[in-house]
Amino acid sequence: MKKSSILMIVGAGLLLSLFYFPLWNIELGAPQYPIPLGMNIYIDGIKGVGEFDLQNIDGLNHYIGMKTIPKPEQMWEFTVFPLVVASMAILGIALGIGGYFNKVKPSFFLVWLIVMALLGIAGMYDFNLWLIDYGSDLDPHAIMKMVDAQGNPLTYEPPLFGHRKILNFDAYSYPHLGAYLMGLGLLLTFLAFVLGTKSKKQ
Amino acid sequence: MKKYITLSLVSCLVGLTFISCNKSKQNNKGALSSNAAEKVYVAPGEYDEYYGFFSGGFSGQLSVYGLPSGRLFKVIPVFSQDPEKGYGYSEETKPMLMTSHGFIPWDDSHHPDISQTNGELDGRWIFINGNNTPRIARIDLEDFSTAEIIEIPNSAGNHSSSFVTENTEYVVAGTRFSVPIPQRDIPIKEYKGNFKGSLSFIKVDQQSGEMDLAFQIQMPGFNYDLSHPGRGKSHGWFFFTTYNTEEAHSLLEVNASQNDKDFIAAVNWKKAEEYIKAGKGKKMPAKYAHNKFDNATHMATHTMKEEVLILDASEFPDLVYLLPTPKSPHGCDVDPSGEYIIGNGKLSANLTVHSFTKMLDAIEKKKFDGEAYGLPILKFEDVLAGVVEQPGLGPLHTEFDGKGNAYTTFFISSEVVKWKLGTWEIIDRKPTFYSVGHLMIPGGNSRKPDGKYLVAMNKITKDRYLPVGPDLNHSAQLYDISGDKMELLLDFPTIGEPHYAAAIKADKIKDKARQIYKLDENKHPYAAKSPAETKVTRNGKEVHIYMTMIRSHFTPDNIEGIKVGDKVYFHVTNLEQDFDVPHGISMLGANTAELLVTPGKTETFVWEPKQVGVWPFYCTDFCSALHQEMQGYVRVSPADSTLPLSWSLDDE
Repeated sequence: MKKSSILMIVGAGLLLSLFYFPLWNIELGAPQYPIPLGMNIYIDGIKGVGEFDLQNIDGLNHYIGMKTIPKPEQMWEFTVFPLVVASMAILGIALGIGGYFNKVKPSFFLVWLIVMALLGIAGMYDFNLWLIDYGSDLDPHAIMKMVDAQGNPLTYEPPLFGHRKILNFDAYSYPHLGAYLMGLGLLLTFLAFVLGTKSKKQ
Repeated sequence: MKKYITLSLVSCLVGLTFISCNKSKQNNKGALSSNAAEKVYVAPGEYDEYYGFFSGGFSGQLSVYGLPSGRLFKVIPVFSQDPEKGYGYSEETKPMLMTSHGFIPWDDSHHPDISQTNGELDGRWIFINGNNTPRIARIDLEDFSTAEIIEIPNSAGNHSSSFVTENTEYVVAGTRFSVPIPQRDIPIKEYKGNFKGSLSFIKVDQQSGEMDLAFQIQMPGFNYDLSHPGRGKSHGWFFFTTYNTEEAHSLLEVNASQNDKDFIAAVNWKKAEEYIKAGKGKKMPAKYAHNKFDNATHMATHTMKEEVLILDASEFPDLVYLLPTPKSPHGCDVDPSGEYIIGNGKLSANLTVHSFTKMLDAIEKKKFDGEAYGLPILKFEDVLAGVVEQPGLGPLHTEFDGKGNAYTTFFISSEVVKWKLGTWEIIDRKPTFYSVGHLMIPGGNSRKPDGKYLVAMNKITKDRYLPVGPDLNHSAQLYDISGDKMELLLDFPTIGEPHYAAAIKADKIKDKARQIYKLDENKHPYAAKSPAETKVTRNGKEVHIYMTMIRSHFTPDNIEGIKVGDKVYFHVTNLEQDFDVPHGISMLGANTAELLVTPGKTETFVWEPKQVGVWPFYCTDFCSALHQEMQGYVRVSPADSTLPLSWSLDDE
């Protein structure tokens, strides 16, 4: 049980890496941008990969009437996500410590994992809603109003995952280091549950 | 009789065979030249191996080429106004071209030299001389623009310049024409003894690169043609070729070609430093300009200096020694080890090579052969290392490959000759097209030459390219010198007259090349760093417009309340922070050039409207898909109008 509790502590602790590393990365490359413009999405805001990438993405987006990339204070998510992540990490670590002193059953680890997974899915769902809004809620006075072959207005949301061609740009969207570390953490907490349950049975 | 016919038939056949043999040889040559094409071909998107910096000669500028492709990348404006970039036209850059003679919008740029550390090219700065109104410029190799220009007093025809010592302690500039020092009103016939030369040592700050004229050595009234620093063992010395040791003042073609030998002046500059330190230098009034460009304010400042420290060489017997060198030597070149000093006597049949070791020995043993104006003359035989016999006609310049070989250009016989240091034997010769002046091997005047390519710079182009009227661009020729024999690879035209060039491995510069200026760091007093900071102010007849530019509009783009007779300053800031997105601006009727404003920079031009009306301005650099829409209007009212100033964008 001690081993599994340590795994739980480490796994939940890995959530804290989200305060240092980006959760997600979106890259925008085009013929005249051989070095792609990029944004890193953190739990508390969006930062450019290059120093002036956000300014340059906004500059290009103004032609098609997209809103500027939100500042942290413009989206409630960037206030709430850090609180949720910090709380869950602390809770997870507390459960681990409880397990170490045999005060908490391994099944609590699983409950924590399920809650965390649900929160994660909710977060992704919310992120996707923002992407759709960002890419389709366009200024009616946009300089360029593009339509598809059927005459419907084009939307420009980057993909949630993978590649999408947006006009002359190739957009690539993938998880970044923070997400991978969180994934590893969740795996560890699952292992903690499995190992903990086994040792209880013995 | 029949026999004779048969014989002649046979000889005809033999002759035919020879002809066809020749033909097959020509085919072989065809195969070779396709090999040459491969050697200079840089595929689309690939980079050249070297940056080549070619002086613009009478264009006054410095051009940047890629080698081996010979592709022109940029022309850096240095001593001449450049309407393409607004250099010398914008209010910020006009001070760069100020001198003690006022604003001079042109010069004759000759010899670029890249800064060195431990005798190797380091790619921090490149220096170049203005020959006509003596000046030295420093170009910053981070943003490839002129950072500083210092005028050289007591000099005329600033030709034996601008060469750097092996740790860039000094940039050295010698005078080609001797003049009265100080300048005064005397008959030209009184040249002898009254006219003087001067050799200027300009200290370089190792952090900022800033130049300061540390001292001048006053010399006899000869012509100081070219120079090179000692390196390695001869570090601490500087060598200058001289001609007109006859001190002729007219028809120099004849009168300065009488002496069998002129001199190479060997200057012990470490000794000069000691004398300066000991307070032996004499302060002399002199007026010269010092102009600096500041990358924070994006403005140049012009100041006048009042004084210079002088060491009169004739008063210090161990400061300068004269090495007799045959017949009006032109180029003065020192091999990578620092041992051999080559005087390219342009009217001599042979090439003279002096030995530094022998020179020191002769000095120590005081083996002098008289003196000139107090400067000891060494014996020719005592300092001679060797002679390259009958190498060609009209030797001008020599460079080195770092493998023990030297390459000398011959102007009259139009060729480059490769010969061996030490044995003085000739290894190879190749024609140039035509009348070659300088040659350049990347690092070829440093301790570590990169002996892969050689570029010959030719004065006459004639039939090398499609004819374009009586004036043709000069031509450069690239040779592969990696093998025993030189191979001509490529011809390419150049800007103005490239007297000399310098080249450096691209790796030493390319990654530090600037992409933008940070707007945050812009300290220009008239900068508007966001559209909110834009405004128009009036002070009497002076109007200042604080304007911004970004893809694809100016803020403001409608301005009213300007009157005939106003002096209108457009201070324009490019808000872009993206690589390679400059915006231009020009105003109908402005008596100046456009501005080409790079990202993050502020620049200013002046417009003095003379006619009532509504006049447009527009972006001159195709910046974006809506570049054509990047335009604006200024309304000009009569001089007595009471219309107040107003400015707007989108009527807001």
